[in-house]
Amino acid sequence: MQAPSRQLDPMSTLPNIGASSGTEPKTAADAAAKLSADNLNFFYGNFQALHGISMKVYDKRVTAFIGPSGCGKSTFLRTLNRMNETVRHSRVEGEIRLDGENIFRIDVNDVRRRVGMVFQRSNPFPKSIYDNVAYGLRINSSLSRSQLREAVEQSLRRAALWDEVKDKLHQSAYGLSGGQQQRLCIARALAVNPEVLLLDEPCSALDPIATAKIEDLIFQLKDSCTIVIVTHNMQQAARVADFTGFFLMGRLIEFDNTTVIFKTPNRKETEDYVTGRFG
Amino acid sequence: MSWNKRRRKAVNAIMLSLTALCTLFAAGSLVFILSYLFVHGAASLNWNFFTKLPTPVGETGGGMANAILGSAKLLLLATCVGVPIGFLGGVYLAEFGTSTFSFVVRYVTDLLNGVPSIVMGIFAYSLIVIRQKHFSTLAGGLALGVMMIPIAIRSSEEFLRGVPLSLREGAMALGASKSRAIWTVVVPAAKAGLITGIMLNLARVAGETAPLLFTSFSNRFWSPGWNQPTAALPEMVYKYAISAYDDWHQQAWSAGFVLLTLVLAVNIVARMILSKRGPAAR
Amino acid sequence: MQAFVKRVRNGDEIAYAITFLCAFAVIAITALLVFELYRNSEPSRVKFGWSFLWTKTWDPVAGEFGALPFIYGTVVTSAFAMILGIPLGVGAAIFLAELAPPRISSGLTFLIELLAAVPSVIIGVLGVFILLPFLRIVQPYIQGALGWTPLFAGPFYGVSLFSAGVVLTIMILPFIISISREVLLSVPNDQREGALALGATRWESTWDVVVPFARKGIVGSIFLALARSLGETMAVTMVVGNDPKISASLFAPGYSIAAVIANEFTEATGDLYQGALIELGLVLFALTIVINGAARILVASTTKRGTS
Repeated sequence: MQAPSRQLDPMSTLPNIGASSGTEPKTAADAAAKLSADNLNFFYGNFQALHGISMKVYDKRVTAFIGPSGCGKSTFLRTLNRMNETVRHSRVEGEIRLDGENIFRIDVNDVRRRVGMVFQRSNPFPKSIYDNVAYGLRINSSLSRSQLREAVEQSLRRAALWDEVKDKLHQSAYGLSGGQQQRLCIARALAVNPEVLLLDEPCSALDPIATAKIEDLIFQLKDSCTIVIVTHNMQQAARVADFTGFFLMGRLIEFDNTTVIFKTPNRKETEDYVTGRFG
Repeated sequence: MSWNKRRRKAVNAIMLSLTALCTLFAAGSLVFILSYLFVHGAASLNWNFFTKLPTPVGETGGGMANAILGSAKLLLLATCVGVPIGFLGGVYLAEFGTSTFSFVVRYVTDLLNGVPSIVMGIFAYSLIVIRQKHFSTLAGGLALGVMMIPIAIRSSEEFLRGVPLSLREGAMALGASKSRAIWTVVVPAAKAGLITGIMLNLARVAGETAPLLFTSFSNRFWSPGWNQPTAALPEMVYKYAISAYDDWHQQAWSAGFVLLTLVLAVNIVARMILSKRGPAAR
Repeated sequence: MQAFVKRVRNGDEIAYAITFLCAFAVIAITALLVFELYRNSEPSRVKFGWSFLWTKTWDPVAGEFGALPFIYGTVVTSAFAMILGIPLGVGAAIFLAELAPPRISSGLTFLIELLAAVPSVIIGVLGVFILLPFLRIVQPYIQGALGWTPLFAGPFYGVSLFSAGVVLTIMILPFIISISREVLLSVPNDQREGALALGATRWESTWDVVVPFARKGIVGSIFLALARSLGETMAVTMVVGNDPKISASLFAPGYSIAAVIANEFTEATGDLYQGALIELGLVLFALTIVINGAARILVASTTKRGTS
């Protein structure tokens, strides 16, 4: 699949079979592109995990990626804040732009501060609840103690965790329940005021009640933050996302408004997947 | 770039170089030891070293044939003591053990492993030398053998555990009893690892000096049988190095060179075998 | 009954009994070791009681034996080795586990693990013939800079507590490095990613998150190294000076428990002299057992601990 000239005009050259394309959702006209990928290829050693992904993530909207395991959705998510670089022998071709600026040209620590990430399994640090949330602020800025305290409280409130933990801020984060730990990780990511928040299957290890809380949270957050969520759970994507992209075998098969993807998909593969015929 | 940012990048770079320096210091000291011993030890090494007895003070020449044989005999004895107990104990832990008792055995094994070698010397001394009222190869071999037990147990346990459960089940599904399955399937499957474990263990005790000082003691001549004091290579290195004679110092370098070459050769080969077989156990 | 006979014939019961006995032998041997040390130190224990531990005189001719100079020398040389060895060892472990490119890391790790295999008598020989002459050259500079403290005052002959400390540092480094490295490698990757995703630098993620996560195991590795250095015999014996004195200066010669046993055991005439040396062995045994016991618990608790 060598197509060096693709970058010129992805829209016109890519209606061919199997190639992923930057299908532009029709109702997106009112939103600006926060992140945009342009013909992104990704390799683990010799294995190509992503094939020519081109798409846009719209500002202050929720974008979901769905698809069967190993389809590349998480890999793509991790390239959006360059977390893929922690994997040995991995290589990226193509461009990702954050507000029009190529993220591979921006300092990597800045990219990750501006594009936050929450992982599949909650990963609180072996510190107190307060220190977990304050960590990103401490390394990225020089706030006074009172400013820091205020920022921590605000982040915990945004993550809808404040009321549950305000009396035990200085206890170990490991004392929290699984759902609380995951919201703590969200608070930790929010504390540095990221422009984009990447959620990598954030509910896969949680029970339905904790999942519902996180979904509520996503609704509240999208006013202030652009959110990209990878999920295994199609209902979840249908509930929370404005836009949905369907990945298969390392290609972005279809990207459109969530209602289009789930009700009237244009591609056969998407229809098969969302109606449960495979995957 | 903001000042804060620049500071963070600088700290990152400085700590990377500092920790790299720490590593270089540790690795460099080994390279230094090796190269120095090679230069000084190999120079004065000759055939006599392996075939002749030590000469009395003042006479040049001579070798350490008796110490080489002495070390070999000590290691043979140590193997006879340490390997059966260690191996079978490892079989117990890997195949039969109950959780509480196994935990105690493992814990005590680790403690025994941490007992200073000089204390092991006292142990063998009080068991054998006090009763017999003379130093002997036997006492030295016992001291080294007891030192081998803990590592023998832990390494055999680990290698036996490395054998997949399906092999055991396969053998038992054919009607083999558990002990038969262990003996005919599990142990052969773990054989290479078990033998490498023993080699590493031997290499470790081969260099031990402290437990020999008052068990096998020392001997300027051949030591017939098992019941007399004997020279050993590491013990000769020590004795000759702290002596006042330049000629003996040279011999100490040669003996040290031979000892280190043997120990490191076994280590390198064993580690290569282990790393090729995947999950390493030490 | 028939079932029992069958099982015996199959060998399961016999195999169980034999291997159980061998596993039990470890406990029996350790108990016997304690018993023998205790029994054979009786003459000294009866005569001196607990005061053996804080008596300063060691006079075989007069039959006066006190352990303090040796305990002092052992503790001082080990403490010195820890002060040098902990930053070097933990730093190297961090480099190998977290910061170095994998290919460089595996080669250096191999070299450092070989260093652990070098017999202590060989380190001692190099200590005598290389380190001592070298220290005689650099000592005036150290004394020039730090001579105003009692720690670095006084004349220097080469053999000294300082030299023993340096030799011990080299001997314990591979232990701290290889165990700490393993502990660091066992820290789950999501911890590193969590910090990096907040914009932390590699060092920040290592120092703020990975090292605290592995803290217990690293402390355990330090304890193991400490136990090792307390019991280290040959290399110390060859460079420490073998002088049962208590001096404030690191440049003065000293003695250690293991060294005095190594040097004087074969010359110890009389039950009391030998009993005193064996009691020293008992003290050393007790020290290392306590430290090792704690270290094993610490290391096990981190490497087996689940995540979150």
